[in-house]
Amino acid sequence: MATLTLSEDRYIELFGPTPTYAPAGGWDDRKPDRLVKTHCCFCGVQCGIQLKVKDNKVIGFEPWEEFPVNQGKLCPKGVKRYLQNGHPDRLLSPLVRTQTGFRHAGWDEALEKTAEAIGAIQSKHGKDAFAFLGGASMTNEKAYLNGEFARVALGTANIDYNGRLCMVSAGAANRMAFGVDRAANPWSDIPLAETLILAGTNIAECFPILTDYVWRARDNGAKIIVIDPRITPIARTADLFLPVRPGGDSALANGILHVLIERGWIDQIFIGQHTHDFDRVCDLVRKYNPAAAERITGVPARSIIKAAEIWGPAGTSMLLHARGIEHHTRGVENVLSYINLVLATGRLGKPGCGYGTITGQGNGQGGREHGQRCNQLPGGRDINNPDHRRFIADFWGVPETELPKQGLSACEMFDAIERGEIRGLMSISFNPLVSIPDANRTRAALEKLEFFCAIDFFLSETARYADVVLAGSLQEEDEGTVTTGEGRCVRLRNSVSPPGNARLDWRIICDLARRLGKGDCFGHTCAEEIFDELTAASKGGPIDYSGMTYARIEQNLGLFWPCPAPEHPGTPRLFADGRFHHSDGKARFHAFDYRPPAEDVDEDYPIFFTTGRVVSQYLSGTQTRRIGSLVDQYPEPLCEMHPLLANKLGIQDRDLVKVSTRRGEITVPAQIVKSIRPDVVFVPYHWPGKRAANQLTHRALDPISKIPEFKVCACRVEKVADATKKQNKQWQPKAFSAR
Amino acid sequence: MTSNHEFFIDPSRCIGCQACVQACGECETHRGVPMIHLDYVERAAGVQTAPVVCMHCEDPTCARVCPADAIKQDDRGVVLSAARPRCIACSNCVLACPFGVPKMQVRYDLMMKCDLCYDRTSAGRKPMCAAVCPSGALFFGPREDIEKSRREKPVNEFQFGRQRVRTKVNIMTAPDNDVLSIDIADFLPRETPDMHPRPGARPGAPDAADAAIWNEWNSGPAELATAPE
Repeated sequence: MATLTLSEDRYIELFGPTPTYAPAGGWDDRKPDRLVKTHCCFCGVQCGIQLKVKDNKVIGFEPWEEFPVNQGKLCPKGVKRYLQNGHPDRLLSPLVRTQTGFRHAGWDEALEKTAEAIGAIQSKHGKDAFAFLGGASMTNEKAYLNGEFARVALGTANIDYNGRLCMVSAGAANRMAFGVDRAANPWSDIPLAETLILAGTNIAECFPILTDYVWRARDNGAKIIVIDPRITPIARTADLFLPVRPGGDSALANGILHVLIERGWIDQIFIGQHTHDFDRVCDLVRKYNPAAAERITGVPARSIIKAAEIWGPAGTSMLLHARGIEHHTRGVENVLSYINLVLATGRLGKPGCGYGTITGQGNGQGGREHGQRCNQLPGGRDINNPDHRRFIADFWGVPETELPKQGLSACEMFDAIERGEIRGLMSISFNPLVSIPDANRTRAALEKLEFFCAIDFFLSETARYADVVLAGSLQEEDEGTVTTGEGRCVRLRNSVSPPGNARLDWRIICDLARRLGKGDCFGHTCAEEIFDELTAASKGGPIDYSGMTYARIEQNLGLFWPCPAPEHPGTPRLFADGRFHHSDGKARFHAFDYRPPAEDVDEDYPIFFTTGRVVSQYLSGTQTRRIGSLVDQYPEPLCEMHPLLANKLGIQDRDLVKVSTRRGEITVPAQIVKSIRPDVVFVPYHWPGKRAANQLTHRALDPISKIPEFKVCACRVEKVADATKKQNKQWQPKAFSAR
Repeated sequence: MTSNHEFFIDPSRCIGCQACVQACGECETHRGVPMIHLDYVERAAGVQTAPVVCMHCEDPTCARVCPADAIKQDDRGVVLSAARPRCIACSNCVLACPFGVPKMQVRYDLMMKCDLCYDRTSAGRKPMCAAVCPSGALFFGPREDIEKSRREKPVNEFQFGRQRVRTKVNIMTAPDNDVLSIDIADFLPRETPDMHPRPGARPGAPDAADAAIWNEWNSGPAELATAPE
């Protein structure tokens, strides 16, 4: 039973978040000892950046203009990311839970305690009663090691990662359509496209660097179609904006395809030579005429026709999407419906022709490739495929029969904790209390755990519930690789060493494996050794890294997989030879009828609730809520609503409003803007506790990808009667002021 | 080298991300204090934002009105922040600048403003804001490059009443866009099919920037979900 022992204020006093503004060592003498060329620790673009290092602290940055993807450009998070280093909240040694909070502990004690607890739970309740949760912000090396650790050292089937909350709908759909899970094109194809569809992707706030690629396409004359319930900054100057009603995506794609077929803007030769099942889609979309599609999607019929008129006759095109269409119980169906548009026009595998999901997390791509998912083994292998199982079992030197079967996905694990099936948990770089839907249930589950060990560099809101906290490493403290949203594997460089008694994450995993009696499989002495093992394990698999080495990646400023041989140049653009990765080389169409969201609006809860990000915060805010100037940029969640809705409810700008769903409520200031559909409210999700948007969301999962439906549920909004505006002082001009 | 580099601002590309603001404070001599301005034009109405650096006028009004002769221009034409020993914090420059750039920092009793990252640009490096700007709204580079790659054209002459101001910094003029719709209502289905597109509207974009259609409807969000049968 792990209930909190301290007050919220006391936790904040001891462990933060403490917003810091000045670099370690202050502003005075920032002459660095050296500049380290590495990458940002945040989103899936993985911008190149040079970190300024002085006295084993990162004290600033300098743009790295030679790195081709971002050419020195950064978003505000990237600019201030250095402030996470030398931060007063940094965990410097292991912590052990006491009656009155935490006490510092030595590594031997903390690891021994953890190993004992794992042993006790597993011997009493079975191996699978102890679960492991990884993260997609970690390196490929750690993702690989997490998978091996869970399956070989813990012997549990229950390992998954927070990418389950991110882009798994796209991954599953990509495998179903193309037989491979990767963006089909490098970003450099974007400016070459004559038309772009950006579906449910808030590029300007979540992947700001890609904005320039979109604007360059526009400069070249491209028409831009944006699909979103909100006019996001990338939508502001779009040629065509389709304000889709939350959950209406597959119907919208079907509607556009209906017009494409009707007007003959499809590539019959491509369809015949390279695809299956177009007939089924044809039959299905017959009924999605523009008027019918308008009724479901809330997008005007004439705009649906216009979209087809732009997309259909174009010579080249790119379709990009992100969480907006993926965070649904029909996430996979939405993605596949949009992929149909790309396949029907046959525009793939050529310069300026393609498709991609934009991964949200730093290693959103690589983190989902090397075996830390419940259904996957290294090299993108399938844990249910006997040949794949045998290959990896032999590779690890364990009997295939001992290799666990498919386990539970991240959200399902919390349900299993509620049911008492999972008793112990280990997590690394994951803050589920903020990031998993239905936060009140997540909290109850954490309280129910018999043992919880968290590896992290800051004490996240979730880690407050831990029995043992192991002080791990920040991105800049380790060597390694990540694979960016375009499938480019890049090198992260160690800039500083972990402070105090903190340890590199992979060392912690190896240390713990030794204590669990599996040291022989975990004798790694450096990150490069793990990488070499990972690439060997991927050989011949669906995701083949076997031709990559650290030296080659550095030399080429990144290599794209598949890269199956030492002399192979990597594969920036997939399907260039017209072959897809299914065994017969053909892509698949999939026909899906529109189905409403799991929780539709009704009389009691008449307004759609949706969530997302703001540009100054990253994921659960574990890092970015500790950086003062990022906090100031958007200090608290606001509830965006259209003036039509606000007028109806008697709400004025910055009034406190209570937003409630069947699961919880949140009280936040209203932000009244004409840029959101009048039947939708939006609250960003980066904050914990009473400010957590995920108190309201629900755990309805996509049946295939197991992604939760963050992007739509039903809510009620009311003005808080006696609220005074004084409570919203944080939103007065303080932001951006000098400090 | 950056000797042929010029500064260009294109608000049509701005996404309001504040990377420039955050980076401005990181220029070594700025010591955490951002000097660039970035604001929503009117957040309630839309997401348009506008970044403003010092325009570095040929004949700077701020310097002309300074009674203490505290604002200097270097030989490259860069207009500097007020010189600390001279500035008397009178705010004349704050009031006089036609672009609204100088700000009085009360804490320091000193006018501070964008100095084109003097320590960086004088050493051949890009100013922080333009180096990081992810959308290309701020660009520091050769004029040929931007003229070649973009549709908009740079201007650096501005008319303020009877005062004509020539600046070192260029503003990119928007392509021919007469009407820019900002209300999502303009993109939603409407009931009056004979409403004609507004002249000058962008193709495919809103054809009726007119909230009246909503008043006609008089429908709230619950109805909206099912209304357009």
